[in-house]
Amino acid sequence: MQWEVGSALNIASILAVVIVIAAMLIWVERRLLGFWQDRLGPNRVGPFGLLQVVADMIKIFTKEDWIPPFADRFSFVLAPTIIMIVILFSFSVVPFAPGVGIVDSNIGVLFVLAMASLGAYSVMLGGLSSDNKYALLGSLRAAAQMVSYEVFMGISLLGVVALAGSFNLREIVVAQEGGWFVVPQFIGFIIFLIAGIAESHRLPFDIPEAEQEICAGYHTEYSGMKFGMFFVGEYLGLVLISSLITVLFFGGWQGPLLPPLVWFFIKASCFIAFFILLRAAIPRPRYDQLMSYGWLFLLPLSLINLLITGAVILLAN
Amino acid sequence: MTELFYSGAVVAVIATLLVIVQTNVVHALIYLVLSLLSVAVVFFSLGAPFVAILEAIVYAGAIMVLFLFVVMMLNLGQRSRDQEKDWLPARTWFVPSVLAAVLLMQLTASFPSAQTQIKEIGARAVSELLFGPYVLAVELASFLLLAGLVSAYHIAKKS
Amino acid sequence: MSDPIARPHSKSFLAKFGELISDTLNSQVVTLWRVFKHLFVATDTVQYPEQQPHMFSRWRGRIILTRDPDGEERCVACNLCAVACPVDCIALQKTEDEEGRWYPEFFRINFSRCIMCGFCEEACPTNAIQLTPDFEMAEYKRQDMVWEKADLLIAGTGKYHETNFYRVAGKAIGGKDKGEAKNELPPVDVRSLLP
Repeated sequence: MQWEVGSALNIASILAVVIVIAAMLIWVERRLLGFWQDRLGPNRVGPFGLLQVVADMIKIFTKEDWIPPFADRFSFVLAPTIIMIVILFSFSVVPFAPGVGIVDSNIGVLFVLAMASLGAYSVMLGGLSSDNKYALLGSLRAAAQMVSYEVFMGISLLGVVALAGSFNLREIVVAQEGGWFVVPQFIGFIIFLIAGIAESHRLPFDIPEAEQEICAGYHTEYSGMKFGMFFVGEYLGLVLISSLITVLFFGGWQGPLLPPLVWFFIKASCFIAFFILLRAAIPRPRYDQLMSYGWLFLLPLSLINLLITGAVILLAN
Repeated sequence: MTELFYSGAVVAVIATLLVIVQTNVVHALIYLVLSLLSVAVVFFSLGAPFVAILEAIVYAGAIMVLFLFVVMMLNLGQRSRDQEKDWLPARTWFVPSVLAAVLLMQLTASFPSAQTQIKEIGARAVSELLFGPYVLAVELASFLLLAGLVSAYHIAKKS
Repeated sequence: MSDPIARPHSKSFLAKFGELISDTLNSQVVTLWRVFKHLFVATDTVQYPEQQPHMFSRWRGRIILTRDPDGEERCVACNLCAVACPVDCIALQKTEDEEGRWYPEFFRINFSRCIMCGFCEEACPTNAIQLTPDFEMAEYKRQDMVWEKADLLIAGTGKYHETNFYRVAGKAIGGKDKGEAKNELPPVDVRSLLP
């Protein structure tokens, strides 16, 4: 076995690293939020509180995994697995470095979009099967939000796809050798950033789970490891969006001196930290504000961006 | 690719059957999504990855989400499940399924011989066709969509 | 973000567009930057068990019973603290020694009920009952939260060093008759006509 795209070693190590990073993010996020709020965050368990993740895991595994008697068991059990599977699937097309990746697909970008749209089922089924009014409200909001922001996410990516001339994420990274796509596609980057937060329903767009309004929304009835899967799924989504931004707009693994994997890790970590900063700083908009912001502002903007990009490419040829 | 095709096809057939016999609407929708995804796998195995992924994005990812969205607001309970059971006795499904079986046999008999080599048709080839010879059809479809958009805007507009 | 629901047609589309962008820049980006700067601000957290927080002397914590400067119990079992207590956590019984001094036979505070309001301290006429800046009172058994007089009584004077009730009160006790207290005149002889 050796390091080439799709080898068993590659698959196993990417899966392990991605899941461990997603779990560690629970600790990273709490520490960073702490620092931004002039606190320390969890620092008791182990050095710097690093073993907090282990403690959380033990807690969440030993908790009672309760299925409410009024819930629809089939969908209730299915829902949290969907989000994990779908997001882990999306990682299969992400090129981490030359030779590190699972699939070198010609439809990589579209595959990610397809998986993101399937992720909506997790949230919707979770809320619907719980048979709880807050959960239902949460999943209604989630459905509208995710379906809407998928549109802008897709359109904002098309500029990059047009510049690179390929749906293959690896080729998109290679095409950025001359310069990162964030410069010509700055508007696309901003839209993708916003849509990415909305897709992974992180703060400030955590409207489907808003604790203060609808008490955790679609996962109100979940407990134990099923809740844990929603929880880790959210962090996996965060890692995915950060990796995608790195790949699509910031030249992926490319960079001087350091090895490619390190560059990828540094860039992706910056975006993860930025998303956590967003959580610390920006308040949650209202539901209708989110919707009108998307359809009245982001949609025209992304269409104009695509139009101009296409025109410039045509003129340049 | 042959194994992929047959496994996808078997899953699609079983899932579609389950869609029909399910009494719980939500379960039926889940099986329908599964069926669409396996049809996407079938497309993929036939060398049409672009169509496969569009099937996943558009049908499984967008249209079925809207179906589920509507089902969510209908508040279907035990009563609708009982009703579904009442509506599916043997005399209802027997004759249509016999007819469908006859149709299936005719179709399989008239199939051209199995394709041996599969050529992959990527996104670029599809789009060159769409905006080359078939550009008129694309424009007509976009007119239709525009008409739908305008009428939706008209209905939703506050008077 | 502008609110299109409230006034849908009051502004042109372009004006709203520009407003959104300037709002985003002025408000959201500036907010992000300000919050980010807090990464370099010292934290306010006190690492409690290793690092003790600074407790002010007026902090209302664990309740004590104090002694007067002579080393006698200050409490005269007047029951005012028990009356003032809003949660009825103080119980005591008065008794007297052979000199005529009043003191509590038992004095019991149920700290699982006590809300540390300090009303008992305010009500106490002799400064006997006082609240201290100690808050580390956790116990494993609820019964251990009930403190008896032996647990409450300390050897010193607490926060008020001067107060000595029997030295200023008119009550006669052993070694101090009526009229011998501080600032007290000798008792008036009601049978005498002289002023």
